[in-house]
Amino acid sequence: MATQLKVTGADLELIDVRKDFPGFTALDDMDLHIPAGQFFALLGPSGCGKTTTLRIVAGLETPTQGQVLIGGQDVTSMKPHERPVNTVFQSYALFPHMTILENVAFGLRQRKIDDPVAKAQEALDLVELGHIAARRPQQLSGGQQQRVALARALVNRPSLLLLDEPLGALDLKLRRQMQIELKAIQMEVGLTFLHVTHDQEEAMDMADTVAVMNKGRIEQMGAPEALYDRPKTAFVSKFLGQSNLFVGKVSDSNDSSVSIEVGGYKVTVDKKRAEKHTGKIAIGVRPEKATFHTSKPNLSSDHVMIGEGEIIDIRFTGVSNQYLIEIPNVGEVTVFAQNIGKSPVIELGAKVWVSWKVEHSFGLADLPDGSEEQD
Amino acid sequence: MRKLAIGRFIFPLYALLALVFLLIPIVYTFVFSFNQARRRNTIWNGFTLDHWANVCSRQDLCDALGTSLTISFISTLIATILGTALAIALVRYRFRARSAVSLSLFLPMATPEIVMGAGLASLFFSLGIERGMFTVILAHVMFCLSFVVTTVKARVQMLDPTLEEAASDLYATPTQVFWKVTFPLLVPGIMAAALLSFALSFDDFIITYFNAGNVTTFPLFIYVAAKGGLPPEANVIASSVFILAILIVVATQVYGNLKKKRLALAK
Repeated sequence: MATQLKVTGADLELIDVRKDFPGFTALDDMDLHIPAGQFFALLGPSGCGKTTTLRIVAGLETPTQGQVLIGGQDVTSMKPHERPVNTVFQSYALFPHMTILENVAFGLRQRKIDDPVAKAQEALDLVELGHIAARRPQQLSGGQQQRVALARALVNRPSLLLLDEPLGALDLKLRRQMQIELKAIQMEVGLTFLHVTHDQEEAMDMADTVAVMNKGRIEQMGAPEALYDRPKTAFVSKFLGQSNLFVGKVSDSNDSSVSIEVGGYKVTVDKKRAEKHTGKIAIGVRPEKATFHTSKPNLSSDHVMIGEGEIIDIRFTGVSNQYLIEIPNVGEVTVFAQNIGKSPVIELGAKVWVSWKVEHSFGLADLPDGSEEQD
Repeated sequence: MRKLAIGRFIFPLYALLALVFLLIPIVYTFVFSFNQARRRNTIWNGFTLDHWANVCSRQDLCDALGTSLTISFISTLIATILGTALAIALVRYRFRARSAVSLSLFLPMATPEIVMGAGLASLFFSLGIERGMFTVILAHVMFCLSFVVTTVKARVQMLDPTLEEAASDLYATPTQVFWKVTFPLLVPGIMAAALLSFALSFDDFIITYFNAGNVTTFPLFIYVAAKGGLPPEANVIASSVFILAILIVVATQVYGNLKKKRLALAK
C-alpha cells in the first residue's frame, strides 16, 4: 500500500460538551480525550448520543455548550468545511452525478491541491478500486461504495477520520473483511480514527480504546480487554457481552475481599475488582468463567459456589453450549461450556451446582435496573 | 373461443378509433399548412411548400409569435428561478409563514382562469398600471410559479441531505455546496419545471386576453384571425410547435432508455 499517504493524526478533545434537542438531551456534559493516532470506538445503543457526538466533531451539529479541540486548536465555532476532519457516512453519501474518481477528487479540488486526479487515482488504488474509477456510484456494490467513501475521506489526509457506522449496511462476511481492511489502513496511514458503532464485536475487534455510551454519557472507557474483564456498571456488563449479576447486602468483608449474601449463598469479589465495598452492591461473573458440576463439589475459599439448581434451557451455538440454570432464591444463571467433546450434562432438568473463581468476580458501581425496589 | 376472437379484434379497433379521434385536428392543421389557400384556408386547392418557406410573409403573425416567445421566455426564467428557491426553502427550512406560503402557492392552480384573468385586470386597472407586455409577464409568472414549485419540490424531497453534508465535510463552502451538489442534482426537476412553465405560458389565452392591452400574443392572434379565416402560416407555426414538442418527448425517452441500458450493461 502507498506509504505516501502516511500522515500524523491529531488528538481530539471534547470539554464539557452538551447538546439539547427540543424535548431531550442528546449529550450530557461529555468530556472525552482521544490521543493522536488511536483507533477509538464509541459504542452504544441507538439514541445514546454517539452519532450526535460525531456530528458535533464534524461541525454538522452545534453543541449547546462546551468546546471541541482538534490538535489543541479550538474548532467549536468553525464550519464543517473549515475543519481538518473528514467523515465516512453511514449511507456513504457518494455524489451520484460524479464518477468515482471525481468523487474522490472532490475534497482535493476544493482545497486546490495540485494534481487532484492523480492523487485520487492513488487513493482508489489503495482501496483496490483503481480499475473502476470511471464508473458512477450507482454501478457499484455496497462494499465497493463503502471503500470509495473511505478513499474519498482518506485522500484529504485529515487529522481525524470520523466513521459513522460505515459497515452497518454490509452483510456479515463482507463486514468482517472490511473490518480487517479498515484496521490495516489505519495502522498504515497512522490517522486518528473515531468510529461510531452499535456492534460490540466490531468495537472490541478494531479499536484500541472503546467508550461505551448510554443516555448521552460515557459509562466506561478503556481497552477492550479491560472493559470486558471489569465492567463497572450494570449497563456495560450487559451491553458488552453477557453477565450474571447478583445483588445483595455486604455481609462479610476483610482486607482483600467483600462478600454479599444472595439466597443463602455467599458471593465474593476481590476488593480491588469492586467499585463499592459497603451497603447493597451488585457482583457479576461472565458466563464462560463459570462452570457447573453434577455433584456438590468440594471447593476451597477462592471459589464461589451456588446451588443446587436445575438446567432449564440448553442452546447449541456451535463453539459452545449455553446453559440456563434456575437456582432457587437466586434466579437464572447462564453458563457457557465450550464444545470440546465432553460436555458434562446435556439433559434438561439435571441437578447442578455452579462455581467460579473469586478472581473472576467483578463488583459494579451501580445496581441493575429494577433491583432498587426489592429488598 | 369465438368470444375471445371478437375481444381480440374489438379492443385494438377501439383504441385505434380513439387515437384517430385525437389526431384528426392535428393532422388537419398539419395537412392544411401545405394548402394553396385562397381567401379562406378551408378548401383543398393543391399542394405547396410556400407557407413553410415564407412563414413570415404575414408580418403580424410572426410579430405575435415573437411576442409570445419573448413573454414565455422571460416568464419561465423568472418563475423557474423564484420557484426553485421557494421549493428549496419550503422543504429544507421551517419558518413561520411556511404553511401559508404553501397554501397560497396552491391557489392559482385551483382558481378558474377566467376569475384570475378578470381579477388581475381589475387589480391593474385600479392600481393604474397600463396593461401590456409587463402585466402579461407578471400574470404568467404568477401562475407558472405554482407549477414550478410543485415540480421542483418533489425533486428536493428526494434529495438526500447527507450528500450536502458530505460536500461541506469535504471543504465546500455553502455556496459551493449549492452549485456543485444541490443544483446539479435538482437540474432534471428544474428542467421539467421550466418546460412545463414555458408550455403553459406560450399556450395561455384567457389570462393573457384580460391583461394584454395592445399586445398581441400568438394565441390572441389566432383567436382574432380565426374569425376571418386563419392564414395557412398559422398552421405552419402550430404544426412546428407540435413537432417540436413531440421531438422533445421522444428525445427524453430515448435518452432515459439509453442511460438505463448503459447502467445495466456496466453492472
